[in-house]
Amino acid sequence: MLRSFELCEPTSVAEASVLLARHGDAARIYAGGTELILAMKEGLIHYDHLVNVKTIPGLAGVRLDGGALRIGAATPHRVLERDPIVRERFPAVARMETDVANVRVREVGTLGGNLCFAEPHADPGALLQVFDATVRIEKKGGGRTILLEQLFVGPFETCLEGDELLTEIVVPPLPEHSAAAYLKFGFLERPSVGVGVAVTLDDGRVADARIAVGSVGPVPRRMREAEAVLKGKAIAESVAALPEAGQIAARAAEAITDLHGSAEYKEHLVGVLLRRAWEQALAAVDGRAGR
Amino acid sequence: MREIPMTVVVNGEKHELTVPAWETLIECLRDRLGLLGVKKSCDVQVCGACTVLLDDRPVSACTVLAFEARGKSLRTIEGLARGDELHPVQEAFVEHGALQCGFCTPGMIMATVALLGENPRPTADEVKHYMRGNICRCTGYKRILEAILDASRRMSGGAKGNGGAKGNDGAKGNDGAKGNGGTKGTDGR
Repeated sequence: MLRSFELCEPTSVAEASVLLARHGDAARIYAGGTELILAMKEGLIHYDHLVNVKTIPGLAGVRLDGGALRIGAATPHRVLERDPIVRERFPAVARMETDVANVRVREVGTLGGNLCFAEPHADPGALLQVFDATVRIEKKGGGRTILLEQLFVGPFETCLEGDELLTEIVVPPLPEHSAAAYLKFGFLERPSVGVGVAVTLDDGRVADARIAVGSVGPVPRRMREAEAVLKGKAIAESVAALPEAGQIAARAAEAITDLHGSAEYKEHLVGVLLRRAWEQALAAVDGRAGR
Repeated sequence: MREIPMTVVVNGEKHELTVPAWETLIECLRDRLGLLGVKKSCDVQVCGACTVLLDDRPVSACTVLAFEARGKSLRTIEGLARGDELHPVQEAFVEHGALQCGFCTPGMIMATVALLGENPRPTADEVKHYMRGNICRCTGYKRILEAILDASRRMSGGAKGNGGAKGNDGAKGNDGAKGNGGTKGTDGR
């Protein structure tokens, strides 16, 4: 049973920011609640004030803007899973969303909430990084836009200041002749390992390679050293280089042993999932760009 | 706000309630409204036993706050049958023996109603994907899958009674290959 708290329902981002500033550590943003309410039920945390941001107009919804996907922070996973624009223009994002937790969590849980809770064992933070996604952070009187990868500071920790709200996630389109893929493995509802990749082909070569690994270490992160191994190579050479890229990514992921598996096991899976995701992305690029 | 006044339609009946901000939906439904068909099991939104429909969407009553039902409609297992006439999904579960201890059944059936509401003719794989969050420790899922596919046929098959008779049994019926293929995979999930 939950301990008592006060529910605040602001009608603007500025008002929410003021509430957060006023109550300090005694207040927390409430969006989907699928993570927050669980932690509160378990007695791990308690807040005297929950600030319900779902009452703020315009904070939920998906739209296309100059090819980029703009996602309101309070948009539930299920909307992203089913939205025709997301499915057509960002199929890897839609597919990733269909596999987040279970359908009831997806109906209620929001993308912004997922990212801000910064639970290491989560899917969206890893895949969205290979799109170079940015997030819009606002507070009363100002705002800033940062790369998604800068949001994550540590497990359950973001760079948000106490009076700031994440309001929007912007996912730029990949260049032409590109495709993304996200694969994960886990035997619990949360993933043990998640690997996202994006490949751009040009005249039979890998013009760009992006790799992100999530769930394994403290935060989901881009694996630029591993990307460098694949960039510029002919397609077949890139496939041959996957074991090396996988080893580099596995080392960089800072795997820890926990109830989702041993560090060694997760490092092994990073390599396996990278190979499969890379091959899946290669196969998805339109006509393989001149191959 | 610590006490939240709300109007909510539960199984077609309008209620005016005032709930504490921290009351969960399952507490509201079971303790306040006496709807004991909503089962509390894992209590952490993993098992699906407490699945209810909030504006026709499946949610975990154990972790959703009661005030979220403000101005919306709720449907629980108690709202499915019309008098003595079972809902087609209930009928299919009974006829296929898609339950053993029965504790997960209300949640299974509510999730099925939600699934068929948005996808009236799901493939076996689509059923398995959607229902993955509803856990049953008794059945091995085979009969549940067959019941869901059969309910799908009953509800979208046009003429009343299509598939209603026991003859048109589960995965062996119209869906042929899809049903059979899917069925095999279920036990080991």
